[in-house]
Amino acid sequence: MLGRHSDLPLKGDATSRFLPWLVALMTFLAAVAVAGVFALGGLIARWDHDVSGTLTVQVEPVAGENGDALTEERVRDAVDLMRRVPGVTAAHALDKTQTLALLEPWLGSTEVVRDLPLPRLIDVTVDPNRVVDLAEVSDVLARKVPGASLDDHRVWLSRLINLSRTIEWLAIGIVALIGTVTSATVVYATRTGLAVHHGLIEVLHLIGAQDDYIARQFADRAFALAFAGGLLGLGMAVPALTAIGWAAHRLEGGFLPQLSLPLTGFVAIGLLPLGAAVLAMVTARLTVHAALARLP
Amino acid sequence: MRHRARGEHIIRFDSVGLRYGLGPEVLQDITFKLPAGSFHFLTGASGAGKSSLLRLMYLGLRPTRGRVVMFDKDIAQTRRYELPALRRRIGVVFQDFRLLDHLSALDNVALPLRVRGVKESEVQKHVPELLSWVGLADHLKAKPSTLSGGQKQRVAIARAVIGRPDLLVADEPTGNVDDHIAMRLMYLFEELNKLGTTIVIATHNQALVGRFDHPRLHIEHGMVAKVE
Repeated sequence: MLGRHSDLPLKGDATSRFLPWLVALMTFLAAVAVAGVFALGGLIARWDHDVSGTLTVQVEPVAGENGDALTEERVRDAVDLMRRVPGVTAAHALDKTQTLALLEPWLGSTEVVRDLPLPRLIDVTVDPNRVVDLAEVSDVLARKVPGASLDDHRVWLSRLINLSRTIEWLAIGIVALIGTVTSATVVYATRTGLAVHHGLIEVLHLIGAQDDYIARQFADRAFALAFAGGLLGLGMAVPALTAIGWAAHRLEGGFLPQLSLPLTGFVAIGLLPLGAAVLAMVTARLTVHAALARLP
Repeated sequence: MRHRARGEHIIRFDSVGLRYGLGPEVLQDITFKLPAGSFHFLTGASGAGKSSLLRLMYLGLRPTRGRVVMFDKDIAQTRRYELPALRRRIGVVFQDFRLLDHLSALDNVALPLRVRGVKESEVQKHVPELLSWVGLADHLKAKPSTLSGGQKQRVAIARAVIGRPDLLVADEPTGNVDDHIAMRLMYLFEELNKLGTTIVIATHNQALVGRFDHPRLHIEHGMVAKVE
């Protein structure tokens, strides 16, 4: 494709000189969007993995003189009850220090809340291969241990995953839109080239050139320009994504799993210049075929 | 080149009409047959319709009405993707040469071979030979813009004949050359004709027509006045 013989003077075309720059910009944007898709996908998978198979039991603190002792007794009852549930592999209560550590990412210093009556938490691990009737467990827990409630994380997790999925689809839509804009630009550049070289194309047509012989020359040129633009765009995207990754790594948000790009993400971004070049090549080829179909 | 028995009709026009867009008919009820291996001059005044008739012959247009049969194929019934194969059997010398200015004389002449996928070694062997034959051995690498009108015309003729066509259609091929070169080109056409190529040459040059004993297809006001 690169360096194949061409009868048409397409290399000197002023009309297609902007194409590599536009493809570079589009590749850059696509690389950012693709990185977003893969990073978000990884984030969702990690959230799902971290939270699935775990439950949290919350026990309200009891006020009054014997409040602490009574709260401790209810926590013990809840732990015993949870350990007897079929499918539960472990249940242990978090002490106050551990509970405060969980609040630290949101509140910063926890000194001010240390003396407040905080709910006690019980971390429950469930066998992922067993189905636990959570509604029944929740019901039994509420009846037998006053002030205890079960949180299976699913509601907030599903909302978070829905939000992430929406953003993921939005990013995929942006990539599709970038592809459409790139194609439209190639169509415009190709049609302009067809108009500029109309006379030469007619000569080739009249001496017996098949439509594909002519289309191939435009397609090869579009491939070369888009590939060059794609490499340029990738060259711009790599430092930008590295900077974003570095900034995300520095976030001190313990509640956020670390953002990272899987190997497939790197491969997908690395293939963007080739994808842009193939898209431009196919678009140019189809555009020329459509235009030549009007000749006798 | 395909071998075809002399006498078979390579071109047949039956009541052919042609109009451009919604304009008047520039060709009306054109009916004639040209036998394979024949040599015809196409004559007529400017505007009579010679170029339009030639365009129909080299499949640059389809008729508005009537029937055109080329190489035993009814053009109206021929699928579009089959037409390039028919066009490769036709060599065309355009009145305005229509050379590709960015290509050398050699590359211009090589075009019909390259569109057929002929090996580059064959191209590099045959094209310089033919350009030498038409007196352009020293201009193989010359761009058309550096050539005189006569030299351009010879490049155009070489491009038309390099593929050894069954039919050669030429529009005023000797219009820009001196008498010596004109006669040399006519002898080239005669040689091709002897090898079996059917020749149709549109010309105003009555003196040239008079020097050769070939029949004339005369056209007046878009109608074939006589075939003699």
